[in-house]
Amino acid sequence: MPKDSGIGASSKRREDVRFLTGAGNYTDDINVHGQAYVHFLRSDIAHGRIKSIDTSAAETMPGVVKVFTGKDFEGVGGMPCGWEVTDRHGAPMQEPPHPILAQGKVRHVGDPIAAVVADSLEQARDAAEAIELDIEELPAVLDMKAAAQEGATLVHDDLKNNICYDWHLGEADNDKVNEVFANAAHVTTLDLVNNRLVANPMEPRVAVAEYSRGTDEYTLYTTSQNPHVIRLLMCAFVLGLPEHKVRVVAPDVGGGFGTKIFHYAEEAFCTFAAKACNRAVKWTSSRSEAFISDAHGRDHVSRIELALDADNNFIGLRTDTYANMGAYLSTFSSSVPTWLHGTLMAGNYKTPVIQVNVKAMFTNTVPVDAYRGAGRPEATYQLERVVDKAARELGVDPIALRRQNFITQFPYDTPVALTYDTGNYDGTMDKLEAAADLAGFAARRAQSEANGKLRGLGINCYIEACGIAPSNIVGMLGARAGLYDAATVRVNATGSISVMVGAHSHGQGHETAFPQVVADMIGIDESMVEIVHGDTSKIPFGMGTYGSRSLAVCGSAMVKATEKVIDKAKKIAAHLLEASEADIELKDGQFSVAGTDKSVAWGDVTLTAYVPHNFPLEVEPGLEETAFYDPANFTFPSGAYACEVEVDPETGQVSIEAFTAADDFGNIINPMIVDGQVHGGIGQGIGQALLENCAYDENGQLLSASYMDYAMPRADDVPFYSVDHSSQTPCTHNPLGVKGCGEAGAIGSPPAVINAVLDALNSGGKSIDHIDMPVSPSRVWAAMNG
Amino acid sequence: MTQVSMTVNGQAVSGDVEGRTLLSSFLREHLSLTGTHVGCDTAQCGACVVHVNGEAVKSCNMLALEADGADVGTIEGQAAEDGTLNVIQQAFQDHHGLQCGFCTPGMVMSAAALLKENPRPTEGEVRKYLEGNLCRCTGYHNIVKAIMAASGQDVSNIAAE
Repeated sequence: MPKDSGIGASSKRREDVRFLTGAGNYTDDINVHGQAYVHFLRSDIAHGRIKSIDTSAAETMPGVVKVFTGKDFEGVGGMPCGWEVTDRHGAPMQEPPHPILAQGKVRHVGDPIAAVVADSLEQARDAAEAIELDIEELPAVLDMKAAAQEGATLVHDDLKNNICYDWHLGEADNDKVNEVFANAAHVTTLDLVNNRLVANPMEPRVAVAEYSRGTDEYTLYTTSQNPHVIRLLMCAFVLGLPEHKVRVVAPDVGGGFGTKIFHYAEEAFCTFAAKACNRAVKWTSSRSEAFISDAHGRDHVSRIELALDADNNFIGLRTDTYANMGAYLSTFSSSVPTWLHGTLMAGNYKTPVIQVNVKAMFTNTVPVDAYRGAGRPEATYQLERVVDKAARELGVDPIALRRQNFITQFPYDTPVALTYDTGNYDGTMDKLEAAADLAGFAARRAQSEANGKLRGLGINCYIEACGIAPSNIVGMLGARAGLYDAATVRVNATGSISVMVGAHSHGQGHETAFPQVVADMIGIDESMVEIVHGDTSKIPFGMGTYGSRSLAVCGSAMVKATEKVIDKAKKIAAHLLEASEADIELKDGQFSVAGTDKSVAWGDVTLTAYVPHNFPLEVEPGLEETAFYDPANFTFPSGAYACEVEVDPETGQVSIEAFTAADDFGNIINPMIVDGQVHGGIGQGIGQALLENCAYDENGQLLSASYMDYAMPRADDVPFYSVDHSSQTPCTHNPLGVKGCGEAGAIGSPPAVINAVLDALNSGGKSIDHIDMPVSPSRVWAAMNG
Repeated sequence: MTQVSMTVNGQAVSGDVEGRTLLSSFLREHLSLTGTHVGCDTAQCGACVVHVNGEAVKSCNMLALEADGADVGTIEGQAAEDGTLNVIQQAFQDHHGLQCGFCTPGMVMSAAALLKENPRPTEGEVRKYLEGNLCRCTGYHNIVKAIMAASGQDVSNIAAE
């Protein structure tokens, strides 16, 4: 029987009530009395030298409060990058300045040049049109391989070239790698593109900042996944403000998917301008503006080579990737193609020799940073595509080839710096084979063929590294932040509990799932526990939510803090029961003395903590504890996915007929929420594989800059998904044994879809071993008829 | 400025608007009914769907003045006065048909319009009808399921509860 409360129960989400009744409090719903509005004048060319900016006419327009340009920000810092990658020669990456408003040059369409603050948004827009710009257009740097050539136009004049870093991981000895490949019985090579995407949370970004001269305090409301990180970066590196004078609030946030991790110029601008104008300043991104100012995702161009011996064992893997950074380094951009990508190239397989090479390139495009999965989808896509191609070339079953090469002993040290603590890849594949009824595929294919369609089955395995940590290791690798998290458990006198957490919920259901854990530990009703998040004035310093880390890292901090609370409560209970602390047991909200019928209720103990008349002298009154938790290792969720597609040979149209996911997330707190996370990830992965493409023309103009041109997945593009997470190998190093589930679907699904499409195309008698995402009808038709 | 009057969730309201003021702006900024969300500027995402004289309308695509005299329903008017969720709202909660909640008001308002014209839609009909409503969180699985459940259909055989 499913549980009806606590750990393992599909508790209904309490946050839904406000979202379903229009009572959510999103940043754009916040208005500060007397606020002004800002409109950013953004570059409409990809690359140019600013010769002059004349704001004099704009300044006299109706309602204008102040017009800002890059000159106003010469005295403050630029937007920082949070991860310094060291290149293959031991040198730090090239790290160009990233001003709040453009200084000297514009470097991508959307680069902000000036900002008009006015009484109304319409007045700000009208005035921005009166700004006279003289910008000398320069050739746009777009193709990454061309950008790496000697003599290429420079995106940043002060850098020696357009290469941010040239990095490697794994086997450094080229001769050794060459020898492995020379001795291989078979080598499979694949060139592929991981298409540039736009994260597109449905809520556009918004920032509202206010400043009080009376107290010298600022408040910034912003659409962020990590308000403390924003406050730290903005105060310490950009504006030079004391943290204790700045409050950052991320209220209800309408989806993030990575793109709301980063500290953006608009947040710093509004905070700066609120003081400069002595007025609250509000910015609401339009969707068109979001396309040219939100950090994009993916955009890798890779060659991957897999070496196999005569028995089809994987003996070597080499991959060379060009990774697009865009025009500037966004907050965590540099870590994505390196420590979040190269480290995942072992996948689920015991390949002994792996070499990963990555060139990160500056181009005249919007900055590229983490998008759901962040590096791990790019690694999985390369690996699982080349494995499938190898199976096709060798004429072996793609599942059998995978199983033969699975890692089966744990812990397992990969050649690319990770130690997997647990997993059961064969067991998870067994679950997939049953759940997806793979035995019935031949009959389904025959049925499709009878209907004039080609049917394909695509298999994919993935491993991901979640809950990024520990801090001392990531520090050695270049992270400029710790990656712990924190929670404060505040027990009220009447026994209810407020838990202040560093994690931020923007769709993940923390307000429901986190109380399930605390309530379960104490044995009280979930409704007695409330989660507080998203406000630096209320929560301890935590790192926020991304990388499927909330429960594994912040949840662990919450467990530690709750354990401290229980330890102290036991001391109080022991005093009240006149028993030894060692004999006190807590069950179902009752403290009892082992082996007796003496007990005292949770609420009586908590009341005593705050009304300490009869109280142990050595114990402080009150019941509130904080814990910081720094993980010992990443967590390693894994899974096996199956996708079935039909291809219409007349039109090239692909339809997803079935999608099955078998995941190992370790222990699960709320299965309903976990299913929902997987569904959403699969939806985005299908979007990447079939529909989405962020496209620039040869001049650096963004062609896909609205929902008219950027094909978001819609309800009739996707099927019902089948999700199985009964394969569970708990994480060995966090107290809940949880691994994280937020990104799995987006990591595991694109290769499954493309492998399925290729299986369908090859079933039609053609030999087609590659097609790039998104597999639009025109691409499929061209592949079939080319 | 021109005065506009309409009924919103059963209440008579009026305000002075510019000719260019959108119905979505009138609801959000003049009436502080911020449950209606704006997620795009090309009438594609559907987060702003409201009912105008009983029809589902993208309120970002209609001028406030065009709604003069109309009967407008928004997400704020969907639950009972005591806060009890209506059958569609309740189905969305029961079946986890929302995550971040931003698209949700538009989804609920579209679903209500769908069920009014087609009380027992098939899966395909639900998916087709939601063509104008984008969701980035759910992969649509639980939204479709919730709407079918709200129509009284048994959804227990749909994969992955």
